[in-house]
This record gives sequence, structure tokens and C-alpha cells, in this order.
Amino acid sequence: MDALSVDSLGYTYASGRKALDGVSFGVAPGQFTALLGPNGAGKSTLFALATGLLSPQAGRIRVHGHDLARTPGPALARLGVVFQQPTLDLDLSVAQNLRYFAALHGIPRREADRRIEVELTRLDLFGRRDEKVRALNGGHRRRAEIARALLHRPALLLLDEPTVGLDLPTRRKLIEHVHALCAQDGIAVLWATHLIEEIDAGTDRVVVLHRGTVRAAGPVAEVNRATGAATVTETFDRLTGGAAA
Amino acid sequence: MSWWIALNGVVVREVLRFVHQRERFLGALVRPLIWLFVFAAGFRAALGIAIVPPYATYIPYEVYIVPGLIGMVQLFNGMQGSLSMVYDREMGSMRVLLTSPLPRGFLLFARLLAGVVVSILQVYAFLLVVTLYGVELPAWAPLTVLPALVLNGLMLGALGMLLASTIRQLENFAGVMNFVVFPLFFLSSALYPLYRMQEAGEALYLLCRLNPFTHGVELVRFALYGQVSGEALAAVLGATALFLAGAILRYSPARGMTAKAGA
Repeated sequence: MDALSVDSLGYTYASGRKALDGVSFGVAPGQFTALLGPNGAGKSTLFALATGLLSPQAGRIRVHGHDLARTPGPALARLGVVFQQPTLDLDLSVAQNLRYFAALHGIPRREADRRIEVELTRLDLFGRRDEKVRALNGGHRRRAEIARALLHRPALLLLDEPTVGLDLPTRRKLIEHVHALCAQDGIAVLWATHLIEEIDAGTDRVVVLHRGTVRAAGPVAEVNRATGAATVTETFDRLTGGAAA
Repeated sequence: MSWWIALNGVVVREVLRFVHQRERFLGALVRPLIWLFVFAAGFRAALGIAIVPPYATYIPYEVYIVPGLIGMVQLFNGMQGSLSMVYDREMGSMRVLLTSPLPRGFLLFARLLAGVVVSILQVYAFLLVVTLYGVELPAWAPLTVLPALVLNGLMLGALGMLLASTIRQLENFAGVMNFVVFPLFFLSSALYPLYRMQEAGEALYLLCRLNPFTHGVELVRFALYGQVSGEALAAVLGATALFLAGAILRYSPARGMTAKAGA
């Protein structure tokens, strides 16, 4: 069973702009899938739908088999999200932020503290757990958000352009960490980005979204072959008509 | 069990945030104290108050105004709560709350209750200063007033939530102060007994009687003396149910972000 299955998804804004049209793809456990698309491709709308913020007008989204519209509880329980905007309370400490999130998922205090230690240690942040988020730099805040999104042990992790505004070494570290989550814990990852260099051509899969429709989906090598391109960049340019990435 | 853990988590977060924002705490305390020290001091000479329930004897104006100022603390807190909900929506932390697998209505209610807890902390700080200042209240008042504080806080918090669901942007918030907070406060029994309003005009008096804030203040006033005003209780419960239903039904998590979602 796919950790995420998106089926004929459609969404049109009140303004009449069609953001998504017949979008279908799946993400299997342990897979790192990059959602590629130029600005305005519909990535943010897809994320808003996948986190239950918007309701689909057509089609459906299932998380680990649970329909997000019909049974949001079990679907959300298996979903971890890192939003594009920072969403930590700046005046609270890292640990307080994470405990709050754990409570929202019904994890008792003692168990929450245990998992917070595990996740923060993995990201080298445990020593800074009592510092206020305000005192952390952007890279550390992002790491804290990734640790937070894993506290309830989700089957699927959604990340919406998580590396925006981060320097190169920090970006690389985050990408490595998330790849390790796929390989070691079998977590399915959907990573939205417009930075093609974030994709590992050897292991990753891509979904190329352009003007609200899926232009290609599958392992990087296959997609390149199908479009007759040598690299992901070339594929991307061909599928999106050279739209600025 | 997970509901209780979540509720507890939301309340703890709100209290922590409040404790860390010292300016907000000071503001919440200073505002009613200025009214008490300055306004009440000036007014006591001008305004004689006849014996009205729940008071058994003539009372100084400072005593009369205390429930009204408690109401003010909770009114401002309710509006602050709605402001922070609009803010949270723009900052994205509302999205974190709503990724919880618990029902959305429950999450909003938990958020509301957390605001009420904060408002009660503010009221107790205010009552402490009031007592030190020499205003005489029954010894049990802090205890007997607690249920009224919970109900009044829920009503005003729900009103704030309803407003938050209609306000599209943070910038529109100033209007709330002018068109909601001031009329609610001045058209109520917070500063003057309603018989005084009746002397001024029937229309004004009617507006005051229809104002849910009047009933919230009266509920608190009677509770301070260990009494229950049935009329005020019914009005507060009714208004709370109405505001809460409206707020939860109208609540749209995507409001304010749909315009940006195309990016």
C-alpha cells in the first residue's frame, strides 16, 4: 500500500484559476519523491490539500489507505509535515515547542520526552533543547521542525520547500538526513522543491508538476529516458517549456 | 485520554506564551488599574450609587467598578485571543494545531479554553492588587467568582473567535477596538448601574440590557458575593452557545492563505 496516494485531484480557486487538474501519483514506503515544479505549478495548493487545509473539489488523497476527506483523524495521525513558513513559537524553547506538538498527537509527557531526546539527538540539537527558538539560526529551526514532524512516527513526511533561505552546507545536511529517514525507517517522503540540485538522480523519484497537471512521474532515470533527456535539469526544461525554475 | 493530553498541551502552551510576554501581562494589569486608581477616584465624588443588589449597603464607587474591570480584563483578553488567532493563521502555527488528528471543533475549543485560563490568571493578579489597595471584597470572593470567570471568559473568547473568523487580515484589527470593544464596555453595567442609564434614555437602557457583556459583568458581580444571578447566567450561556457555534461553523483554516496558495 502506498503511503500517499493522490487520485485525479482537482482544485479551482474562487477566482476561476485552475490550480490542479487530474493530478494522480503515489509515494511508496521508503521512497524519496521530489515534487518538482516552477512557481505557480500548484505545489502549494497540493500541500494545502494534502494537509487538510483545503478540501479537494475532485478526486481524493489517501494517507496509508485512509481517505483524508472522509477519515481525517487516522490519515492525519500518519502524516508529518514541515511547512514552508516557519511554525515554531519563537518565545518557547525547542523542547516546549516539541512537547506541545506531541500533546496535540496525544503522546503522554514521559513518552514525548523520550522521543524528543531521540529525534533531537539524531539532528545534533539535543544540547540546545532548552534554548528559546528565537536564539536559533534558520538551519537549526528547520532541523527542530523536522524533529517535531517525526515525533508521532508518521508513515509519510511532507516537506514544502524546506531548504528555502538556508545556506548550502545546511541544505545538504538536511537532504542527507531526510534520505536517511527513508532508507533506515522506511518513511515515505514527498519533498517539494524548485531546486533541481536537491535531487539524487540515483535513488530518488520525481513528480514534475506544471500548470496544475503531472507532466512526468517515476524514478529519475526512467523519466529522463522517457523525455529523451540526459539530466533532470534537461527533463525539467523540456517538460515545463523552460519555465524559470 | 489523547483528548485530555491535547487539551493540556494547548493550555500549557498558551500559559507559557503569556508568561514569556511580560509586556502583555503588564498591559493586562495596568489597564484596569488605571481605571481604578484614576477614573474611579475622580468619579466617586460625582456619582452616588443607590443600594442595588447584590450590595446590602451603600458602597464606595471603587467597589462597584471592580466587577466591571474584571470584565474588562476578560474582554481585552478575548480580543487578544482573537488577534493571536489571526496572527497564528498568518504565521502558520494555526496549521500546526490543525494537523492534529483530533476533531477540528475540539481543537478550537481547546484553544478557546486556554485563553480563558490565561484571562483568569490576569483577573487574580488584578484582584490581588485591588485588595492591597484597600477595596473590600468578601473573603471567599476569589473562590466564588471562579465559575463566573470561566463562563464570562468562554463567552468573550468565543466572541473573539467569531470576530477572528470574519477578520481577513491583521490590519483590520483596529476596527475591532472601535466598533466592538468600546461599545461593549461603555454600553454595559461595568461603569454605572443600569438605572442610571435608564434615567438617561430608554433606548440606551435597552441597548445595555441586550449587551451580553452587561450580563457577563453582572454574573461576576453577583458571584463575588456568593450569589447567582439567574438572568445573567441564562444570558451568558445563551450568548456563549451562539458565538461558539458561529465561530466553529464559520471557521475556515484556509482563510487568509488561499490568495497566497498559488505560489
